[in-house]
Formats: sequence, C-alpha cells, structure tokens
Amino acid sequence: MGAAVDTVEPTAAVRRPWIRRFVAKMPWTTRFCASWLIVIVTATVFADLIPGLADPNYQGFLFGDGATNEGPGLSHFLGTDNNSRDILARIVYGARVSLTVALAAVFMGVVFGGFFGSLVGFVRGKTDSTVMAVVDVILAFPGLVLLLTVVTLLGRRDLVVIAAVIGFLSIPPYTRVARANALSISRREFVTAARAIGTKKRTILFREVIPNVLPTLLAYAMVNAAVIILLEGALAFLGLSVEPPTSSWGTMVNAARVDLQINVWPAVWPSLALVFTVYSLNNVGDWLRRLRSVRSAAL
Amino acid sequence: MATLLAVSFLTFLLVNLLPGDAINALIPIEAQQDQEYVAQVRAEWGLDDPMLVRYGKWLGDAVRGDLGDSIVTSRAVSGEIAHRIPVTGELMIVTVVFSVLMAVPLGVVSAYREGSRIDQFISGSAQFALSVPGFVAGLLFIYVFAMKLGWFPATGWTRISNSISGNLMTVTLPALSLSVIEVAVYARVVRSDLVATLKEDYILSAKSKGLKDGFILFRHALRPSSLTLITVVGLNIGLLLGGTVVVEFLFALPGLGKRLLDAIFQRDFMMVQGITVFVAMVYVVVNTLVDVVYLVVDPRIRKAD
Amino acid sequence: MAGTLLEVENLHTTFTIPAGEVKAVRGVSFSLERGRTLGIVGESGSGKTVLARSVMRLNLGTNVTTTGTAIFEGTDLLTRSPAEMRSLWGSEMAMVFQDPMTSLNPLVRVQRQVTEHLCRHIDLSRSEARQAAVDLLKEVRIPDPETRLRAFPHELSGGMRQRVCIAVALACEPSLLFADEPTTALDVTVQHQILNLLSREQTDRDMAMVLVTHDLGVVAGRTDDTMVMYAGTVVEHAPTRSLFADMRHPYSEALMRSIPRTSLPSHTRLAAITGRPPDLIAPPTGCAFSPRCPYVQDRCIEETPPLVATEDPAHRLACWTPVGSPEGQAAFQKNLASGLPQAVAVDISNPRPPTRGVEVDS
Repeated sequence: MGAAVDTVEPTAAVRRPWIRRFVAKMPWTTRFCASWLIVIVTATVFADLIPGLADPNYQGFLFGDGATNEGPGLSHFLGTDNNSRDILARIVYGARVSLTVALAAVFMGVVFGGFFGSLVGFVRGKTDSTVMAVVDVILAFPGLVLLLTVVTLLGRRDLVVIAAVIGFLSIPPYTRVARANALSISRREFVTAARAIGTKKRTILFREVIPNVLPTLLAYAMVNAAVIILLEGALAFLGLSVEPPTSSWGTMVNAARVDLQINVWPAVWPSLALVFTVYSLNNVGDWLRRLRSVRSAAL
Repeated sequence: MATLLAVSFLTFLLVNLLPGDAINALIPIEAQQDQEYVAQVRAEWGLDDPMLVRYGKWLGDAVRGDLGDSIVTSRAVSGEIAHRIPVTGELMIVTVVFSVLMAVPLGVVSAYREGSRIDQFISGSAQFALSVPGFVAGLLFIYVFAMKLGWFPATGWTRISNSISGNLMTVTLPALSLSVIEVAVYARVVRSDLVATLKEDYILSAKSKGLKDGFILFRHALRPSSLTLITVVGLNIGLLLGGTVVVEFLFALPGLGKRLLDAIFQRDFMMVQGITVFVAMVYVVVNTLVDVVYLVVDPRIRKAD
Repeated sequence: MAGTLLEVENLHTTFTIPAGEVKAVRGVSFSLERGRTLGIVGESGSGKTVLARSVMRLNLGTNVTTTGTAIFEGTDLLTRSPAEMRSLWGSEMAMVFQDPMTSLNPLVRVQRQVTEHLCRHIDLSRSEARQAAVDLLKEVRIPDPETRLRAFPHELSGGMRQRVCIAVALACEPSLLFADEPTTALDVTVQHQILNLLSREQTDRDMAMVLVTHDLGVVAGRTDDTMVMYAGTVVEHAPTRSLFADMRHPYSEALMRSIPRTSLPSHTRLAAITGRPPDLIAPPTGCAFSPRCPYVQDRCIEETPPLVATEDPAHRLACWTPVGSPEGQAAFQKNLASGLPQAVAVDISNPRPPTRGVEVDS
C-alpha cells in the first residue's frame, strides 16, 4: 500500500492561478468561513470610508434617525439599541476591537514567543530552565482571572492598553509551542550538519531553526486568535474591556442584557458576529492544519 | 510549590503597582485632610514599609491561612473565600461531571463510526460549540428556559443546605452554559484519542478472540483514552475558572468569581490578591492531583518510577 | 481425523483509497486439511497477511471488499454475519499476531486477557477460568504462572508476551490457528523456542495451522505444505519437502538465494532481489514478477501464467520459464547475453549457473 502514496497527482493541463486551486480544495463550509473573515476584515478596515459608519455612536445610519430599540428594518438594517444607536455600525466597530486585540496577540506571540521559544529550545541549558520557569508561572494563572487582575490594575482601559495586555499575556503559550518545536528540530540532521561544518550558532538559529518553527506557530496562531477573541468578548461582557462609548461585541451583549424582555436583537447580532467569527477562525485553522498534515504525511 | 510562591509574589507585585493609593479606599477623601490620622492608618496597614517587607509579612500570614482583611468590608479574606467556595465548587463539579457524561458517549460513537454521517454531525457540532462563549450560551438559556418557558429562575442562588431542589434549579442553567464548550472539548479529545486507539493491534487481537464490539470499546479501548481525558480535564480547569467568573456575573451567583469582580470594581486590593492566589493555588493543586491519578491508573508509569 | 477444514476459492481483497483501488490479494485458492500445516511465504506487501486476515474476516475499516469463497467446516465464511463470525473467532479459529509488544493491551492484566473470551465462549466461573489460565500458561511454558497472571504486559519480556498471545489463541481449543509472522518481532534466540512451541501445540491438539512468514527458513522443517506469494497471487504451491528439493519459480529461487548461508565463503555477495514490489493499484500485465525476473521472456509480459500442476501433481506452479527446465535455462542464457541487469546480478552473486535442487540449510 506504500506504493499508493507515491503516485503523483496528475498535473493539471491548464495551470489555474494558485489561489483558485487553493479555494477549489476547500469544503463549502470552509469557503463560507473564509469569506466571512474577508468580509469582516474589509469592513473594519474601510469602515471610516462609509458615511455614518465613522462614528460608533452614529444614530441615523444611511436613512435618517432611529428610535430606541428599533427592530431590524430598512432604515437600520440590524435595528437600533437602547441608546438608539445603529447596531450594524457598532458591530463593525466592535469587530475593530476584536480583530485588533487578536492581531496584537498573534503578533506579539509569534514574534516574541516564537523568538524566545526557538532560542531556548535551541540553546537549552540554564537559559531554557529560567525562561520556562517564568512561562510556567504565568501559565499557572487561569487566563481570564489574570487578565481581569492586570486590566483592572492598569486603570486606563483604551484599545492600546487592552491589546498590549492581552498581547503580552499570549507570549507564554507561544513560547511553549515554539520551544517544543525547536527542541525536535534542533535534533534533526540538517541542524547537526550545519553545526558540523562550523556554522555560527546565531546563523543556525535564524536560518535553520526559526524558519522551521514558523509554520507550526502560524497554524497555532489561527486557533489562538479565536481563543483571544473569545477572551476579549468575556472581558468586555464583564465591563472590563475598552471603555464605553467605544463598542465591543461583549460590551454590546452586556448592554442588551437589561432589555432582553423588550428587544432581543441588540443581544442577538453581536452574539452571532462573535460566534461566527470564532467559528470561522477555528474552521479555517483546522482546515489549514489538515492540509499541512496531509502534505507532511506525503513526504 | 515554587510556582505557587512565584504566583503569590507576582500577584502581590501587580496589586502594589495599582495606580491610586490604597489609602483612598481606606479613608474617605474628605477625611484625608487630617494628616495625623492618615499617617496613623498608613502605619496600621503597614503601607509605609518597603514592598518586600510587606510581602514577607503577608506571606507569613498566608501560610497560616490568614490572607488579611478586606479593605472595604474589613472581614477576613480567607473567611469570605471559604464562604463562597461551595457555590463555585458546586458549579464546577456539576459542570465537569455533566460534561464528561455527555462527551464520552458522543466521542465514542463518533470514533466508532469514524467518517460516517453521525461522526460528521457530532464533530461539526463540537466545532461549532467551541465557538460559543459562556455568556452567549448563558444568555440564550436565560431567554429560552427562564424568560420564555419559565422552567428555571434567571438569576440567584439557593444554598444546598436550604433546599436541595431549589439548589438544583439554580445550578442547572449556569452549569449548562459552562458545559457547552467543555462538552465540545472533551468529546473532541475522546474521539481523536479513540480513533488512534482503535487502530492498535491489541484491539484487533481482542476482536480475534470473539469479543463483542461494545465490550472491546469500553473495556479495552476507552481505558487509555480516559487517561488523556483526565489530563485535559485538569488542564481545562483554568479555562473553567475563568468561565465561572463570567457565568456567576451573568446569573448573579454569590461565588468566588463574582466576589473577585466586585473586589476589582471596589479596588479592594487585599481581596483581589487573596482570591487570585487562591485560584492559582487550586489550579496548581488540581494539576498535581491529575498527575497522581495518572500514576494510579496507568500501570506503566507506576512501575517506571 | 481427516477431511478438508478450510477451502479457499478465488479470493480477492481490495482496499479502496483516494489514489485508487489497491488489489492486495488477487485470486488465491488453496485448501487445508484438519491437523495439517500450511506455510505462506512472501516479502512485505505480497498480500500474505491480508490473505490471512481476509479469511478470518478481520480486515478493519469500511474500505475493504473481499470476494470469492472461504468454506470453513462446510459453510462460507465470507457470507457469515458479524455475529456468526464472532462466535467462530477465538473458539474455532484464532490468530497469533506479529508483534507481542502491541497485540496485548498495556493497561489490562494478563489474567483478564487470557480468560475474558473463555468466559464468553465456554462459560466458566471465575475460579474455573483462573485455573484454566494457570493451566494454559503452564502449557506454553511460562514459569510461575500464578504470579504472571497478575502482571501487566510491560512487565514481561517479548518472548514471554508472545507465549501469552499463544495461550490466548489456544484458550478455546480452536481447530484452525493463523500465526501471522509470530517471530518477526522477537530476538533470534527466542524465535526457535516460539516456533517449536507452536509446532508442538499444533501436533498435540491436532490443530490446523497457517504459518505466515517472510522467512523460508521458518517454514522449512515445520509445515506440510508451502505457498509462495507474490503481489497478491500464489506463484508456487507444493508440499514443503518437494518445494525445497525442487524450487521451480524464479521468485521462490530468488527468496532462497537471499538467505545468508554459512556454507559459502565469507564476503560472498548476498543476492538481493533487484527492483521493487509492484504497484498494487496498477499491477503489471502478465506475470507480476516479470519486471524483476532474471528469466523474463516476452510471453511473461504478455500473458499471465496460470497456477498449474507440474509433473508432480501436488507441486503447482505459475511460470512460463521454470527454473531448471530447458526453457528456463535458455531464457536465462539469453538474458545474460543481452545484459539484462537482474540476470547479470544473479550471475555475479552465484558463479555456478542456477541448477535444480538447491540444498537446504537446517
């Protein structure tokens, strides 16, 4: 049966652009999820260009003023909240918070966590045990509890602070993932070979170890981004994320909680946005990982 | 142990970096005109000592079970914690037990019929459930089961000592909200682990002995997978502790998480410190416990040590 | 007690995988009498393990299809329901697996693994089952059986574990035992003991046994008949004695030649079989061995040779140019002259031209 793996895929007669070949392999659910992510990212980036969306407190989205707690309709596509603000506008702004925080976490995690992890996994010894001890201590705090404590103690709660704190706290898990990978890579032949021909340690770290740790880290980042968005949502729900009037999905759900008897829509829309975004990240992340494992199994 | 020490020190450090003097929480602003009184209070609370000295004092007391007094209510932090443990503890135990009971059969069916429609359905649902945060699930449950159907109370807590049925009524919705993600996590673990186990030679050899599939599944295959499940349950305690904060807030339960939130809003630094350290300790203890359980269940590790 | 126990006719087993259909077993027929032993020999991927598992209906997964017939004690195994198969497994037919390290559950004590199916098939009480387990372990020569019963598999050595596996297989006195490479994963010193144990049990219990192996040396003194398989087909099937005395198929000969001999001077080059086993998704036309055969002729590539009786009716062979026949000799000389690589390789490693009657090492 080993022979089966050797058979090469028939080369496509017409070479389609890589992105279309990539998309063609996706199951329809994943296609849907990827589209949703693209929509969300585009919306947050270009939100300021759409008149009215520039202000998260905007009340008369496109077709004039609204009343409080208006249901979904033509003038406000998703309705209005109990402050008669347009829900769609606030969701787009909430997305901005969620995505910024997720991006900060992934960026800091990959850059710092990736570097520290690769470094200590490669050099081992005392540096390794020291760094990992610190990582273990930070990881010994249950995530949300630590986040609550740190965010409160910092006092100021704007987007920069929240993103920085969550970003900082996501360094340890990335460090751990990177280290585990670097450890196994450092034992591989090509690293030993580089050592044997007298390559400088620093060169080996940057040329051999880190490039090989990176793909795994990025696959982890996709799933981690989903976790971070959930975390920010919970924090906002508790009223401890960015301060009002800036909108965040969790804040919106919390605010809508009071009027649940009267109008469910202000709670439904941000919840849906949150759930679908997280689901899409998980789905696309899982798919990418499956794709990678198939590819490495074929080698 | 070293981890615990580091955790407590880190918390102490964080709390003491708190912007705004703790004196503001102790004495009303108007009363701070009286310099002598302020100085007296500062000395009384030991606010003028260097931080390391204060940490040493606090740690010495903490080892003896005294986590200091709340700045706001002046009651002992350890007493407050003890008073609230039953709520959070019950919530977590009910959640874990319910989630495991739900997840194991789902994972087993999914793995046994790998690739079938039912597997696709269970795996797909699990992936979706992973994306539903506790507060969204909780709000949905409140809306449907409390507001529309009126089966359960929307908020509040009845202590088990007062009324068992009342207690069950109040614990159901919060535990269900927490379970959504937990069931999904556990079911995925059981499935992926069992799929691998079912490909093992000893499963084939058990089959060749003429044993029934159900017997093989539960007596032979599930045992190694249960080890993995124990580990994941242990590792997930941190996530669950965070979850209880949200759920206690949503359902207004008088638990540890709610108390922590209140303390945070009131800037009650002794309370925040005490609860954070306590929670970290629970986390460390649970994970040590997991290692011990592992030792008991897996004969290979038992012998190797 | 004579009579046919197992009669396999035209058995095909196919695995469907994304890359296509892997035809692992392609039309195998054989029969086995009560109390007799059959050796199945072939290299990895020749379909011998799949054949054994197909007959026992133990192929896992939903992507396997088996066609043909396998008559066991008068009924076709391939049409039996899973529940009927389950009542046969363990009690009527049993299997000893290749690797005793992985075929015992690491988390279950030996006693339960030996007795759990006893209770099911024969309905014994707990103490009776325990006594039966002790007797079984004694029978497979495990010292101090009472203690061993309480042990976990990892506390036993490899040979000891394989003895336990054999005890498990023998527990319900099956009339047919499949031993799937029972010694491959063991130390050389233990291999002999295990094989002797199997042979003794087979004779004592008058049990039929199918011994699957890649090692011709294993079947040599221990089986009544031997079947050589290549790429899912039987290429030579003969009484073991006559096979070793007169090896006719080029593949059997090649297998034989690849066994190191102590009788040859040291540094004699060992003849490996050149090339790789064929792709079972698209097997070669004609004889499957033809791409690697030193005797290959045009006819071998065009036409699949059938498995037919030779001068000795018990010796059956699927080859157009058998070793030692005039056609074979001529074919080999011709290939050697034209510089066919596999013919040259055989010539280098074996200075004498291949003749009939290769001597057998004991």
